[in-house]
Amino acid sequence: MSLLKVRSLHVRYAIAGPVKAMIAGLTSRYIDAVIDVAFNVTRGSTLAIVGESGSGKTTLARAIVGLTPIAAGTIEFGGRNPFASGGGGGRAYHREVSMMFQDPVSSLSPRRTVQALITEPFIVHAMKDRDLAAEARRLLALVGLPHDFASRYPHQLSGGQARRVGVARAIALNPKLIIADEPTAGLDVSVQGEILNLLARLQGEFGLTYVIITHNLAVVRHVSDVAAIMYMGRFVEMGPTAEIFARPAHPYAAALIAAQPHPDPGKRRTEPALMGEVSSLRNRPSGCEFHPRCSKAKDVCRRDAPPPTEPGPKRMVRCHFPLVQNRA
Amino acid sequence: MTGDVLDIRGLSLRFDTQQGAVHALRNIDMTVPRGEIVGVVGESGSGKSTLALAVMRLLPGNAVIASGTIAFCGSDLLKLPEDEMRAIRGTRISMVFQDPMTSLNPVRSIGWQMADIQYRDRAASAAQKRAKSLEALQGVGIPDAASQLDRFPFQFSGGMRQRIAIAMSLLQKPELLIADEVTTALDVTLEAQILHLLRELRKNINGSILFISHNLGAIAEICDRVVVLYAGEVVESGPVGEIFNRPRHPYTKALIACDPARIETVTRELPVIAGDVPNLHRIPEACIFAPRCPVAIDRCHTERPADVMAGPSHRARCHLVAGGPA
Amino acid sequence: MSVQLSDPHPALTPARLSLLWRRLKGDPMGLIGLILVLIVVFCGLFSPWITPFDPFKIIVPDRFQAPSLTHLMGTDNLGRDVFSRVIAGSRIALFVGVSTIAIALAIGLSLGLLAGYGPRWLDNLLLLIFDSIYSFPTVILGLTVVTLLGASVATLMFVVIVIQTPAYARLTRTAALSLKNSEYIQAIESLGASNFRIIAVHILPNVVGPLLIIASMDIPSVVALEAGLTYLGMGIPPPAPSWGRILQEGFGLIRVAPWIVVSGGIPLIITTLGFTFLGESLRDHLDPRLRRVV
Repeated sequence: MSLLKVRSLHVRYAIAGPVKAMIAGLTSRYIDAVIDVAFNVTRGSTLAIVGESGSGKTTLARAIVGLTPIAAGTIEFGGRNPFASGGGGGRAYHREVSMMFQDPVSSLSPRRTVQALITEPFIVHAMKDRDLAAEARRLLALVGLPHDFASRYPHQLSGGQARRVGVARAIALNPKLIIADEPTAGLDVSVQGEILNLLARLQGEFGLTYVIITHNLAVVRHVSDVAAIMYMGRFVEMGPTAEIFARPAHPYAAALIAAQPHPDPGKRRTEPALMGEVSSLRNRPSGCEFHPRCSKAKDVCRRDAPPPTEPGPKRMVRCHFPLVQNRA
Repeated sequence: MTGDVLDIRGLSLRFDTQQGAVHALRNIDMTVPRGEIVGVVGESGSGKSTLALAVMRLLPGNAVIASGTIAFCGSDLLKLPEDEMRAIRGTRISMVFQDPMTSLNPVRSIGWQMADIQYRDRAASAAQKRAKSLEALQGVGIPDAASQLDRFPFQFSGGMRQRIAIAMSLLQKPELLIADEVTTALDVTLEAQILHLLRELRKNINGSILFISHNLGAIAEICDRVVVLYAGEVVESGPVGEIFNRPRHPYTKALIACDPARIETVTRELPVIAGDVPNLHRIPEACIFAPRCPVAIDRCHTERPADVMAGPSHRARCHLVAGGPA
Repeated sequence: MSVQLSDPHPALTPARLSLLWRRLKGDPMGLIGLILVLIVVFCGLFSPWITPFDPFKIIVPDRFQAPSLTHLMGTDNLGRDVFSRVIAGSRIALFVGVSTIAIALAIGLSLGLLAGYGPRWLDNLLLLIFDSIYSFPTVILGLTVVTLLGASVATLMFVVIVIQTPAYARLTRTAALSLKNSEYIQAIESLGASNFRIIAVHILPNVVGPLLIIASMDIPSVVALEAGLTYLGMGIPPPAPSWGRILQEGFGLIRVAPWIVVSGGIPLIITTLGFTFLGESLRDHLDPRLRRVV
């Protein structure tokens, strides 16, 4: 049963005002950050959105939460369409969808105590009848932090502790969906597991649904059920995580997986998996936007953008010559 | 020339702060043999960046070298007067940092900056310097290098900037390149390219690289030897195959076990190392890893372990590792 | 070294306050500044009780007396004790200085927050207004207003407020603009918080600290402005013993009673030095270093 349904989502940024664009002779004064993205997220599952810089994954996350306006497309949540009137989603939506931000310490207001930070959602949503101190204690216990952390300030927290505070704030109002932007960024490998294990436990306990934004494929493998690979604003592949890792269909997905360095000197690569760099978003390549870097690119790739196809059950790929073909 | 490029013996360093002394490095022993890539792996608070800065003698004012030597091609860097050290920096030892945007001058073209680095070559003309810069850029795979010389850092992407930074550091053909978290800020596909680049460059110029990172995968990818740092101490060091396939120190074992890339079966219960990095104000008379060690015995909490040879050029600082004295 | 308004100030916990005090004690410039400021404040607060003579009392036989033990700064052309007038003037200076800065700060903060955090068109409009006022020459603006509205304390305060507000508004705006994009503000936005709450509870506290220090360092310039305008005859009307008035009268009498001019100048110097030293010292100690230590 789908909690979140996204269809044909487009998000773009204006890079110049109308006058400046005219003077500078720009063909378009917008940069398209997210193009034609569609996916479903089943209740209780975890979707990982994977991409490198410039892929648009953070913009997509912000659009889902309502921080960035949508240019076209629909977002349906729990059967309702909270962005129908073009607003930011409304109060009710923000109660049910919360976000965890990338930098654990700088996503916390520096002059507020931990207690004030994690009970902020109650104040914002005017739930004045709650005992804030008790709620703070409950939330701190849920994320495994001792009570006395309530009076600490963000600069007194380690990266891992600050992350937990971010988690506490995100679950304060019992949301249904949590968007986590790079939950393990900046954390040492030996403590990454703490946060991921915590998120997994909370998911089991409260039936939460997660959308995890990350570039860390090693983590994706362990924490997500479904993965979507983004390149220059589009989903180039999507499907069950195990399937994608075992048999990637899109050359970019295959390259990403191959590019991850293994902590095993026996598994060294002789050549880097992918050469070149992401093309500029202002000068998008024609046809399939990955063709300048693709070793299998043919003429049709330069001409036509590939439509989404199904290389297997519940899988999607945008490629003229996917690495995995549907035998059906 | 034979002999180790870098030989650090018994290096101990502290920072004097308002809250007291922070013993950031304690009794560091490590070498970088000529022509090899030595990886220094450590997490936050391990002191790996402090180590790099100590070699370059670029530490902040409140740093005090309590003891030890840093021998570079035979001579102790810590005993050199500042002007001799300056002559070495950038020519015989150079360093590349994590964020190329802050290590490149934003208001000068890269051609200007690369010519500036060659200021010591008073005999060379501007054209000669430019030619050398061009060659260096081509060496790191910058396409169309001739026209790129006049561009500014902000006009390049992160990956390109890091290549430029590497090119700049190699201009004077240093004997030792210190790479401090150079791929940490890069996407994984760019990281793979830079790691490959470093490997190729090492082959061509037969220089040595001190590669500092917290990413075990990157270390495994290019290093010949690995030094494992924990809270200011070298807990284990040895050839890369030994460290990854036969780690002896409990911290090394735990660190490798925690890396999600290493874990074959998909799991929702990832391993962690419980506890926090210790406070370095007061160093206990015990093994520094004991509070977090899953196999610590009583002796670990009361006695500091000495270095033990667990195999040829493989040493570990642990009571539980069998072997001869180091 | 400029104060970074957008650097999030870690909160002032009691531990940090005592550390600040310790630092200040060890800093000679800061201590001197503090002492001088305290002297001025003390004089201002308690002037009716500490003036040796009545600053307004005209005793013609005592005129033009050079400084002595009874009259520490001599007497003026009307026999008034200059020292008492100087002390009484400190009350005016303090009142004008502090209240106008406080009002300008309040208005500047509010407008700056609106400009920085609000919609683009509002920002452009407010910027236009700020810059127009800001680029107008101070003294001419002051003189114009005074000529139009007549010289009085209220007019003077009005002039000062109009002049100072754009500076504070601009600083606040810059800080608010950069904070707008910071992660913790975005986090609060994602909770669905209202704009008012974001501005009042999350942006304002992070902007106010350094702004207060900058504003306190403006107090001497306001005092000097008042003195200047009064000197030009456009400020506070006589017989109020503002320092500017003393200077003005003193210049006219410089050949017969040079001590009057000197006496009028000394308090201005003390005030400027005091606030400047203290402000700079506070700024140095409060900004990056405290963060590193605790």
